[in-house]
Amino acid sequence: MNNQDQSLIFEISTPGRIGFSLPEMDVEAVSIEDILPAEYIREEAAELPEVSELDIMRHYTALSHRNHGVDSGFYPLGSCTMKYNPKINENVARINGFAHIHPYQDEAVVQGALELMYDLQEHLIEITGMDQVTLQPAAGAHGEWTGLMMIRAFHEANGDSARTKVIVPDSAHGTNPASATVAGFETVTVKSNEYGLVDLEDLKRVVGPDTAALMLTNPNTLGLFEENILEMAEIIHSAGGKLYYDGANLNAVLSKARPGDMGFDVVHLNLHKTFTGPHGGGGPGSGPVGVKSELIRFLPKPLVAEKDGTFFLDYDRPESIGRVKPYYGNFGINVRAYTYIRSMGPDGLKAVTENAVINANYMMRRLAPFYDLPFDRHCKHEFVLSGKRQKKLGVRTLDIAKRLLDFGYHPPTIYFPLNVEECMMIEPTETESKETLDAFIEAMIQIAKEAEETPEIVQEAPHTTVIKRLDETLAARKPVLRYQA
Amino acid sequence: MKHRYLPMTEQDKKEMLSDIGVSTVDELFHDIPESVRFKGEYKIKPAKSESSLLKELTRLAAKNADLKSYASFLGAGVYDHYTPIIVDHVISRSEFYTAYTPYQPEISQGELQAIFEFQTMICELTGMDVANSSMYDGGTALAEAAMLSTGQTRRKKILLSSAVHPESRDVINTYAKGHYVDVIEVPYKDGITDTAALKELISEDIAGVVVQYPNFFGRVEPLKEIEEIVHAHKAMFIVSSNPLALGALTPPGKLGADIVAGDAQVFGIPAAFGGPHCGYFAVTNKLVRKVPGRLVGQTVDDNGKRGFVLTLQAREQHIRRDKATSNICSNQALNALAASVAMTALGKTGVKEMAIRNIQKAHYAKKSLQEKGIEAVFDGPTFNEFVIKLPAAYKTVNDRLFQKDIIGGFDLGRVYPELEDHMLVAVTELRTKDEIDAFVQELGDSHE
Repeated sequence: MNNQDQSLIFEISTPGRIGFSLPEMDVEAVSIEDILPAEYIREEAAELPEVSELDIMRHYTALSHRNHGVDSGFYPLGSCTMKYNPKINENVARINGFAHIHPYQDEAVVQGALELMYDLQEHLIEITGMDQVTLQPAAGAHGEWTGLMMIRAFHEANGDSARTKVIVPDSAHGTNPASATVAGFETVTVKSNEYGLVDLEDLKRVVGPDTAALMLTNPNTLGLFEENILEMAEIIHSAGGKLYYDGANLNAVLSKARPGDMGFDVVHLNLHKTFTGPHGGGGPGSGPVGVKSELIRFLPKPLVAEKDGTFFLDYDRPESIGRVKPYYGNFGINVRAYTYIRSMGPDGLKAVTENAVINANYMMRRLAPFYDLPFDRHCKHEFVLSGKRQKKLGVRTLDIAKRLLDFGYHPPTIYFPLNVEECMMIEPTETESKETLDAFIEAMIQIAKEAEETPEIVQEAPHTTVIKRLDETLAARKPVLRYQA
Repeated sequence: MKHRYLPMTEQDKKEMLSDIGVSTVDELFHDIPESVRFKGEYKIKPAKSESSLLKELTRLAAKNADLKSYASFLGAGVYDHYTPIIVDHVISRSEFYTAYTPYQPEISQGELQAIFEFQTMICELTGMDVANSSMYDGGTALAEAAMLSTGQTRRKKILLSSAVHPESRDVINTYAKGHYVDVIEVPYKDGITDTAALKELISEDIAGVVVQYPNFFGRVEPLKEIEEIVHAHKAMFIVSSNPLALGALTPPGKLGADIVAGDAQVFGIPAAFGGPHCGYFAVTNKLVRKVPGRLVGQTVDDNGKRGFVLTLQAREQHIRRDKATSNICSNQALNALAASVAMTALGKTGVKEMAIRNIQKAHYAKKSLQEKGIEAVFDGPTFNEFVIKLPAAYKTVNDRLFQKDIIGGFDLGRVYPELEDHMLVAVTELRTKDEIDAFVQELGDSHE
């Protein structure tokens, strides 16, 4: 093996080895030539690995050692809410009666599943302050698109087809403008002001009779609460538009403010963030969408409903935007989120937000002397720092992120949001202890000092990882996207 | 408030608030306008202890009839297959399931390499050049494929076979609305896409033609014949495929498909009431820069050592925003890992053997039913599913089966009015001869 210390599974494959145990073959083994036409019988077998069960376990155990999760160490990746993933969630999701049920079983024999979904909808309605919730969208971005499709259907039902534009702030998640496009809208950007909030004058300038909606994250991606939210709602609503809430940052406002009370008409949630999905290495997520009463008729079908203590799937929804996903959503993730909500209760969820916000403000205050703080006010669950000062010393934010790897941390989100130079977006979450935060703060302070005294240590980081910085240009210029023998 | 997930003590809180320079937590929320501030607590169920919550939810789950306690002949896109036990052991390693998208490759090589291996295995099974890191599910993957074809050809119409999974068709229609794309259904005839009708409907306005292989009725579509019709009009050929079936069937990549999409639920992923499953998306080299979602590529580090990174990100929403190829961000990474482990465990010989056993067991069931006078309609080559005309009303039959601990097949009358009291029967390698015989016996006894 040249220049590699971790084999691909294909490279340890040996003809003749197997890693499976198929159930007994107890019927006549008819030749498939007698069943299928010759041209549809596969000639060459797919080149999949041939390995023993122990080979497989060692391979993936080795890979897991080359991966950092929340269970490995602190993971303050802003806007991703990398909180602890409770273990009871995993147990509950694996109970046969939840894991091994088929979406087309008779409703009478899956009442437990429907009841759980119904009760989760009810809990999310209370938490968001909306009037109804669908659990169908598979992830946050999918929820955004679902919500925008409903807004489009609403305007169209009013004969208002000139509303072709969706307004998003310059600090918005990339999924917002992308979802607007997929829902058939054009995106218009509204600027932030010097306080990091949506510039109301600019909003008044861009809003108009062609406005379908404003998409807003509140608190925004700078971790700041849009305190002019009521004025913004008034501006959008009086122009005939709808207000959309990106729920990626809901961890900041549980029991403190509900999107429904702030004037939002549609909200999506990321159950794999605020409600401990888990993150899964990049999914599966779950992106339920809540709406106010005038949009209920457009919700995707089916919707879980209840009558006289019996739960059922309501398909009788003639104005629905249709189906956004096969079956009823990522049920397995919804089971986990429900388990989490029931583990926390109302007082627990309130403490979640309070502690998350205390943690973020504490870190921000302690780091402010060492890094630029672009917006000096209380943050919510996350905050941004700028590496501008370090950049002048030749140390970029990317270098700081890579240096953090040497301390065993996952770095913050970097270079986002786009309206802060050399941005670092830090979200500690409520599940981290003060000791963990203090140790991270010390590491950040040390890196700031290194930037001044021995910048090359930072510039050349990481020093301790299994692999050094990777050539991303090469990867994109000559894409190698699969193994070939 | 003490909770096992919340480590902050009263002492911690006091010290931290003092360092922040406030005296109460509430001061940190003063930027929320008074009139919208939520007072008090949510009116939701109170917290439960670990043991009592587990008991409550175990009881709730027991209200569901699960596939491990019944013999299931229900498929229609979601299947009860052999899952190597090792799959759950691997995906339970929390370095995988508590990580997120591998933005920092130096500490995410495990996930990145696992995805690279997944991409390779999907390419092998489908016969395509490039596969992405996963999509939400088969239905949305197919919808993205259809939309890709409209962007690529700059045409605004899709032809969609009515023998494609009904829920995938619904999802395609919803996506098409978003993109102002027209979807025209191609009827089926004798259980496969009606190629004569396809020839009538196709024109130079058609961006892509979507078929399923094996199709919703379990039939092997004549891809070769369809491909010629599609490409004669420079439309794109989009095939939805059950990747397990491709262990035995000629892969669509060998039959001229431009995009192959589908669901890898058949590989180690539980039915879970319909999700999360694992969409896959595979294309020819020509389309690599049009692919939605994440792609992992091989490269080298500063020392020349092999490593893996997220690549060709200029397609994606976090870079291109409103010009992205798709809005997808989180996908189904953990389930792609499960599918990878299952495909690895089954391996080169196991996938083929398992696919063939599905064909053989379904064949045995079909033949046994015939002997009882229950004929398969649309007779022709099938994978592990086929359609029968029931000897009695669907509900009557299904309730009878359930009394014998059998979950019957899919009620086709739900979505195809012309197929009232027809059942789509799925027979996987997990169904034993005894279970099949009992199923056949019960159906035979259902004659009215």
